[in-house]
Parts: sequence; structure tokens; C-alpha cells
Amino acid sequence: MSGLTNIGDRILEWLSPERRFAMKLPEDLEEVPFVVLDTETTGLNPIRDRILSIGALRLLGGRIRVNESVEYFLAQDHFDRLSVPIHGILKTGSSPRMDEKEGLKSILEYIGDSPVVGHHISFDRTMIQNACDRHGLGKFRNPLLDTGTLYRKSLIKSPLLRKKDQYSLDDLARKYDLSCKDRHTALGDAYITAMAFLHILEQLTSKGPLTTRQLLKLGKPGAGN
Amino acid sequence: MSNRISERVADFLRQYPPFDELTDKDLQSLSLEVDILYREKGSVIFREGEETHPVFYVVHKGAVDLREATGGELIDICDEGDIFGLRPLMAGEAYKLEAKTREESLLYAIPISVFRPFVESYSEVGNFLLESFASNTRNPYTKGQEGKLVSAPRSEASQTGRGLRYNEVIPVSPGKRVVSCSRDTPARDIARLMTEKRVGSVLVLHEELPVGIITDKDLRNKVATGQFPITAPASEIMSSPVITYPPRLSLTQAQLAMMKNDISHLCLTEDGTSDTPVVGVLSKYDLVLAMGNNPEVLMRAIKRTRKTTRLKAIRARVMELLRSYLDANIPMSITMRLIAELNDACAKRVIELAVKKAGEPPVSFAWLAMGSQGRGEQLLQTDQDNALVFADVPEERLPETFGYFRELAERVNRNLKRIGYEYCPAEMMASNPDWCLSLSEWKHRVSQWIINPGKNEVLLSSIFFDYNRTFGSAELANKLSEHIFENVRKYPMFFYHLAAGALQNPSPTGFFRQFLVEQDGKHKDFFDLKLRALMPLTDAARVLILSHEIKSINNTAERFAKLAELEPNNRELFLSCGYATKALLKFRAKQGLLHGDSGRYIALDSLTKEEKIKLKRTFKTIKEVQELIAVRFKVSNLLV
Repeated sequence: MSGLTNIGDRILEWLSPERRFAMKLPEDLEEVPFVVLDTETTGLNPIRDRILSIGALRLLGGRIRVNESVEYFLAQDHFDRLSVPIHGILKTGSSPRMDEKEGLKSILEYIGDSPVVGHHISFDRTMIQNACDRHGLGKFRNPLLDTGTLYRKSLIKSPLLRKKDQYSLDDLARKYDLSCKDRHTALGDAYITAMAFLHILEQLTSKGPLTTRQLLKLGKPGAGN
Repeated sequence: MSNRISERVADFLRQYPPFDELTDKDLQSLSLEVDILYREKGSVIFREGEETHPVFYVVHKGAVDLREATGGELIDICDEGDIFGLRPLMAGEAYKLEAKTREESLLYAIPISVFRPFVESYSEVGNFLLESFASNTRNPYTKGQEGKLVSAPRSEASQTGRGLRYNEVIPVSPGKRVVSCSRDTPARDIARLMTEKRVGSVLVLHEELPVGIITDKDLRNKVATGQFPITAPASEIMSSPVITYPPRLSLTQAQLAMMKNDISHLCLTEDGTSDTPVVGVLSKYDLVLAMGNNPEVLMRAIKRTRKTTRLKAIRARVMELLRSYLDANIPMSITMRLIAELNDACAKRVIELAVKKAGEPPVSFAWLAMGSQGRGEQLLQTDQDNALVFADVPEERLPETFGYFRELAERVNRNLKRIGYEYCPAEMMASNPDWCLSLSEWKHRVSQWIINPGKNEVLLSSIFFDYNRTFGSAELANKLSEHIFENVRKYPMFFYHLAAGALQNPSPTGFFRQFLVEQDGKHKDFFDLKLRALMPLTDAARVLILSHEIKSINNTAERFAKLAELEPNNRELFLSCGYATKALLKFRAKQGLLHGDSGRYIALDSLTKEEKIKLKRTFKTIKEVQELIAVRFKVSNLLV
């Protein structure tokens, strides 16, 4: 018996980290614990810019537990005046700030092995990964689901519909009639993303059953049409 | 303690009783403990007899049906801000009803352990929930507030959208105002009073007891004829003595009483005699209301609505009406017309309200319904298909004008969605810049379709050319129609392509006359009624009627009726096409109501043998009309 498990473990090791994560996930989407995440940053440059806040919530079987959602504000020296009007976070804001390393540790622990959902999530992943690298915190390899990519795929294939290359979170909010309260705050955007994700999932599953693995493939950031 | 999501929850709850009673601090701490649930359409939240959950529910978005049992009678529909599943909080026993989402919904699950202290510390909260629970209505406090569907009597029936049964007592709310006057009030003042209070009768009271009644009819017969001057006192023109009844009357009793005495208003007194004070007046109109859904009442309710969200509840009643018409086997042409009128009125109201919000339009415009809605065939709620055309403006004013209409269209589309019309998945909606154009832009676009009819152009034409003006300028819509005919006259090849398009739908039956069902996808093994049976008829009717240059008729069955008139030699065929269309639409509506969907896909094994034969009979007609089109427009050898 133990021999078999060992072989199983070894096979798992050969697989890419994404596959390994995916193998462990339940097949039924209702049982997959998703984490929906968004970061607010000082700008869009992944090298120079820094994370100001990270908001995240857990989503399991269509349920969000409000008091399990988190929002961490990170203390940063680098500061970009230009982006303040967007996210409204001042360097010395009123919210309690955490040391960057502590904040990262907390969020990684929060995410655990869950697949991470976000709008244009590659950017958030890169920001978090770069920050982790600076603090020697290891790799962030959870499977990712991009609601931008998924949304595009949820649209019907019709010669009459002209698809855009990119859909913003505002586009999605408009489509699904979601209130844009707290837009451009980490947890606010994470919540809007979660709602959009649920609507998209409904649309995708209405065409036929969808397994976790199929969803991960569909929603992988940058996955083609 | 709070976070951004709990603040959202609190912002929502704050608008609705009983949460509006809580202090901000309590509401914040409550909101933090809430679970937000997303449930697809048709998800069961709890079943009858199920062990209670440790939470109760508030609808944030969407709607939830409460039924006596699975498939049982619909007790109530909960929508935004309504509370349900209170049983565990109030009674602590298994659920007595089944709760199932009527549409895609977002619910807040509020833990009872967290909420219970508030019930004790806020007496208002406790009272509200108790009343809510006991009356089985979602929100007892909305009774009597503005925007209510019907004004009086505020019966349970009007609350739940269910008609009273004949032996049920008509509830007369004691608070219902009785409009009255004294014996010497002049006729003129009485007429003013009736106009102001919008009632059809006034009771004449003397020392609080009813001594007479004056109705519209009395004013007409006795005053307007000149028999009495407008200064004549009430005592001279009233009907007296008053026929009085006790307050607890059943619907049948009330109808009988009116018939027997040939009167339209019943005076109800404490003990049923004229020696006790009046408790209410019951009019024929009240009876109609108590009977439940009635097109006239619904139409009035739609026109009076001041808030778009109210229309959603009215639409639910329109569906109940449709169900009762189908059950009663009322001719399909009447049913279709009536429901289309009601649907149209809803859309019109949504647009009117949106225009009011957006401010005066810079130029005239017309809102066009396309597809099944344009044809007046939309019995069930399906997707939105609409477009907007506005009058031409000088080029420098175009961006600004377009901006206004685009914004208006966005609001209308959004509100139509809120009352239950899903967005068109191909975005054929007026908020899409491609479908919100000036008259000359539309003319140009339509000409392109007619001159270069590729596959997409034909598809677009077949959706667009069934447009019907829902709202706005008839002139603009007519000009566009004229333009279409001018063009097709110049490019008759267009008909050839339109006809070819009409013949492209997949056949309903295979070689052995068996039904052809879907091969894969979610509807595998279902029969696609729309694509394989309805569309061929719709498409055929369109190309034939357009070739006769008739734009004023959009309804497929009516088109066939007109064609039968225009072409006596094909009369039989066209009449049976019309019949087939109505039969199929009815079929679809029934299936849709049965399954709470669009009725498009049919599970063949759920049909009786008779139904299958009926369906197959329509296929024969479809085949014949397709042959006629192939020959007439010479597409027989082009079949793809």
C-alpha cells in the first residue's frame, strides 16, 4: 500500500505545480474553495510599483462568508502620487498598515491551496510574486482563473456579436448590473469580481456540465478563445 | 467591526424593514455575520418538511417562489428586500413551505443566533417579524403605501397575486375610507368629491347612519339630464333606502347581491342593517380585483406605476393570466394579442419613466422592438431585442445627440432586465451603438443589407425587419419602412436570399418521420421547437408578406391570414400555416410555463401521443409552405 502512495506522490512531483494543484481539487465545482482576490498598487509597473492593499474573499458553493473576507493594507515607502485619485489610499491612511512581509505571509496563508480568481489576475499574481521574491517568501503557484478571459468565453459565438479584446471590470459590472460601490478598493473590487465570476459560471454551465479541470483550462490567464 | 462587504450588506438591509429599526452599530455587526448566497434559477433553498436552517433569508437580488409543496400552489413571490424562511426564528419547527429561486438570485442568510437578541431588544423588529410571519405576507407594512398594485380592497389575493376562490370571504379592510356626504350637500360638490377621490359612489350619511347612496349613474340620469339643478341637495338625487349587507360577504354572495338588486355598489354595515354604522363600500371593480388577474386591471396597474421595480410584480401576474388563458383554452389569437399588449405596455412604461429621468429628448425618436417581441409573439419572457432610431441632426450635433440616446437606451435596457427581460446574448439592443442610430444611418445600414445580402445580412434583416414601434415617433418608423420597400423594389435579388434563408432551418423530422432531437449540449435529446418548427413558419411569413409590400402586419399568424386573403388560390395552405403557428406558440407557452423556462426545448417523452400527432401535423404544413417558397423565389436548386 505504502509503496503505491509513494509512486503516486512521485508522479505528483513530476507534474507542473499547476497540475499538482488541480489534481487535488474536487471535480465538482460546487466543492471547490475559490479565493477571489484583488490588489491595489501604486501603479502598473510590476518592477517599480508596490502593493498598497490586498483584498480577498472565499467562495464555496456559491456562498461568501462576509466575516471571512480580508483586506490588508501594506506599509510602503515607494509612493506614486498619480494613482492616489484612483484607489484613494494615502501612504499614511487611516487604516492600520502592516509590514509588507507580514501582509504577504498572511495573504499566502489565507489563500492556501485554493485556486485564485481575479480580474486580469496575472497582474496581481506578478505583483505578489515580485513582492514575495523581495522577501524570500517562495513561489505563488496556485491555479489562476481570470474573469476577463472567462467572460469572453461565456459570450455566444455569433457573427453578429463583435467581441472586444479586453473587458474591464466596469464592463462586467454593467453587464451584470452590479453596484460599483467601493470600486477601486481591494476588497470592493474582489467582491465585484466574485459576483461577476458567479454570473459567468452560471452562463458557462448553462451550456452543459463543467468540471473543475475544464474550468481551470478555460479561465487560465491569456488562454485563447 | 465591519469590512467593505459587510458595509454593502448593511447599506442594502438599511432600506428595508425591520432592519431600518436597528442602530447603525447593530446593523454593522449583524451584517458582518451574514453569508451571501448566489443561487441559480430553480435552486431549492429549503423544502417543505425539511429541518430548519440556523438562518433566515433576505432576497438581495432576484426572486424566490414559496410553495405549499414541490409543485404545489404558489403562495408568494419574494423579491428584493423580502424576508423568508422565518419559521426557525419564530416557531422552531420544520419548514412548512418550499422555497425555490424563480430566477438567478442573490440571498443574504442571516444567522438566527446573531439576530435573536435584536428581536428582544427592539420591540418594532419583533412586531414586524411576528406580523410578517403570521400573515404569511412578506412585508405587511407596505400595505397602503403608494405604488401598491391595487388600491382596495387590500385583500390577501392582491398581495399574493392569487385570485380569491368563489366561496372565500372578501376581506374589507376596516381602514378603507368611505367617501360620504350629508343630506344637504349640493350635487356639484358631490361630483367634485367623487372626481377628487376617484370613486364611483358617495354614501349619504345622517348621524353616522347610511340614508342613501349617490353613484355616477345618479348624477348622469338625474343631474346631467337637467332633471335636477347642480345645486340640488343630496337628499333629492340619492337612491334611498340603501341596500345594506354585513361585512363578511363571499365573492359569490356579493356578485349575487349586485345582480339581484341591479346595483354596482354594496354598502356594508356593522350588522348588515341600515341601523348600524358603515364599515365599507364594495364596488364591482373591487370584485374584479378580488377575482385576481384581469387584463384591464393589470393594464391600469402598469400605466399607474411610478417605479420600474414595481413592474416586476405585475409581470408575474401577467404570467398567471397567461396560464389561466391557456388552461381555459381561450383562442390563441386573443391570448397572443392580450399578452402582447400587456408586454408592450410594460416596455412602454419603462421607456416613459426612463425618458422622465433622462430629461427632454433633443429630437424625436422611436423605440423599436425586434424579433418575437416585434411580432407580438412573445408570450413568455425571453431575451430583449430592440433598437432605437432618432431624427437626423446636423453633423456637429450628432455626437451629443447620440450620447443622449445611448444613455437613455442603457437605462431602458437595464430596467427591462430588472423586470425580467434578459439581455440579448448577441447584444442586439438599443444600448449597443450599432443598434442606436439616426434615421439616415439606419437607412444606410439597411440598404447595405439589402444590396449585399450575405448570410449575416440576411440574418440581421430577418431579425430587424419585424420591428414594431413600442414608443415614440410613428413618422420615423414609417420612413424607415418606406425606405426598406424602395430598396427591395430596386434589388429584388434580396427576396431570393431572404427566401433561401427561410429554407435553411433544419428539418423537424428525419427520413422515417421521427422527431429529430439535439445531438449534444445541455439540450441533448430535446426537440428544439423554436428552430425546427416555429422559425421556418416565421421566416416564410416574413418573406411572403414583404414581397407583397406590407409592413404593417408583424404577427406571423396575422401575416398568414392576410396572405390567405391576398392569394385565394393558396388560401388553404396559408390558413393551415396560421393555424400551425398558433398551435406551436401555444405549445411553447405551455411547455415554458410548465418548466419555468422559454419553452424552446421539449422533452419528447413528456408529450402525450395526441400532442405528438398534433406537432407532426404542423410539420407537414411547414414542408408545403417551404416548397411554395422554393418555387416562387426560385431557390430550389440553391438549397444548402
